[in-house]
Amino acid sequence: MTDENGNDHDPTPLRRPGEGVPPKPEGEKPSIAGDVAALAGGLKTTLSEFFKPVVTTMYPEEKTPRSERYRGRHYLRRYDNGLERCIGCELCAAACPVGCILVIAAENTDEKRVSPGERYAKTYEINMLRCIFCGYCEEACPVQAIVLGPEYELSDTSREKFIYTKEKLLEPMPPDVEARLNAKGTAVPTPAPLPNPPPQGGRETTP
Amino acid sequence: MTGFYNDPVGHWVVVTVAIAVLLFVVLTATAYTVWFERVALGRIQRRPGPNRVGPFGLMQLAADGVKLAFKESFIPANTDKVLYVIAPTIAVAAAFLSWAVIPIGLWYNVQYWIADINIGILLIFAFSSLNVYAILLGGYSSNNKYSLLGGLRSAAQLISYEIALGLSLVPTFMIVGSLRLRDIVDYTVHWGPYTGPIPLVLLTPIGFVIYLMAAVAETNRAPFDLPEAEQELIGGFLTEYSGLKFVMYYLAEYINMITVSALAALLFFGGWYLWFVPPVLAFVAKVIFFLFLYIWLRGTLPRLRYDMLMRLGWKVLMPLAIANIIVTGIVLVAVQG
Repeated sequence: MTDENGNDHDPTPLRRPGEGVPPKPEGEKPSIAGDVAALAGGLKTTLSEFFKPVVTTMYPEEKTPRSERYRGRHYLRRYDNGLERCIGCELCAAACPVGCILVIAAENTDEKRVSPGERYAKTYEINMLRCIFCGYCEEACPVQAIVLGPEYELSDTSREKFIYTKEKLLEPMPPDVEARLNAKGTAVPTPAPLPNPPPQGGRETTP
Repeated sequence: MTGFYNDPVGHWVVVTVAIAVLLFVVLTATAYTVWFERVALGRIQRRPGPNRVGPFGLMQLAADGVKLAFKESFIPANTDKVLYVIAPTIAVAAAFLSWAVIPIGLWYNVQYWIADINIGILLIFAFSSLNVYAILLGGYSSNNKYSLLGGLRSAAQLISYEIALGLSLVPTFMIVGSLRLRDIVDYTVHWGPYTGPIPLVLLTPIGFVIYLMAAVAETNRAPFDLPEAEQELIGGFLTEYSGLKFVMYYLAEYINMITVSALAALLFFGGWYLWFVPPVLAFVAKVIFFLFLYIWLRGTLPRLRYDMLMRLGWKVLMPLAIANIIVTGIVLVAVQG
């Protein structure tokens, strides 16, 4: 069949109910022997499953492997010389889709140098109840200060305990994760401390 | 001992002690039946089942029991409060009453029973019929349409299958000539050189098959668990029950399961007689075998549709049971003259 546009298409004629319906294929006729065989087949299947080993992972004792890129709880990293990587730029807080990161920056001074940059994070808090573990903070960070580690067992007993403070986030990472991050080349050499306070007339803009 | 038993006071002492022992044994057996079912169903689905509380999860039922006992005893608004409370007690009382007449072989000439009456099996049928009241009244008094539907389904189902259940055993009574359960177990044949008890399933295989199917329906177990059909009826008559009242229904279901398993062993598989196996072990082994069969069926078969259930009961099982009686009668007359 061809319509005015020359397209070949399947016609869909109007039908009365039941008209033109192809007859159902002749299946096996129901019989007692067939029913009993089906019943026995089912029982055989379940019995053979009964004697197979269980597939359950005994969770608290036994854990399934996680991907290297698994996004669990956050860590704030330090340089090898002990200075914090975080420079208080708040890009992580800006990138966070749920707004669970609070960064309050403060100026580094020569007497109190916390990070190699101009500023450091005086307060760094993550509300883990809000966090969706998307990893955008990790992507946004210019100095690879925040990473998402492998831990996922984060349950606790009060809402307050889910506000992870800077002290908690600065806890050392599992050594294997640390080694992996260093091997990936994210361990950029410690930059020389910037002069601080900057020359008079405000901050310089880095190109 | 016999003198003490025949003494009017001593008789009651013996019966009271026997009841206490039986209550303890049946309740323990029920708890471990639930454990056994959960583990067996788990294994069928390739998971371990309860394994946390105690060794192999054996204390799971204690934990569940404590949890359910401490739940609030809640009665929904606008219910018939008296019936709502009485219904589960009827269920559990009827379930326990059946054990009054079930004999248990302890050793070769030692049997245990509370009442050894000559219509034992009829009494068990009477008690198992009481279960209909428990479910129907529970469904009626809950003031919930799902409960009511579950109760009505249960009434129709139990009445249909009661007939097949009763008729399936008539050939056994015709062969043995007694309704006393001990007589049925002790039924002795003289076949050539062999003289002794036989499993009666050899003489009434069709009766056994009908009994097995009707018993599953009678205990509301899958695939005949239409009264509580979780997917369609949100739990049927159990919908509004929680806490200890729920425990009573639950307990009754599992006691009934053990009862029909024990009856299958007593009526068709020679009770406590099994070759050289000590009687009490033989009896327990047979009961566990039938319990496993019920669990196995539950793990295998989907629930029947309501019309299929009715068709099976009225158009297949009942005519088959009647034909079985007629054929057995003809054969008996031909053999015994």
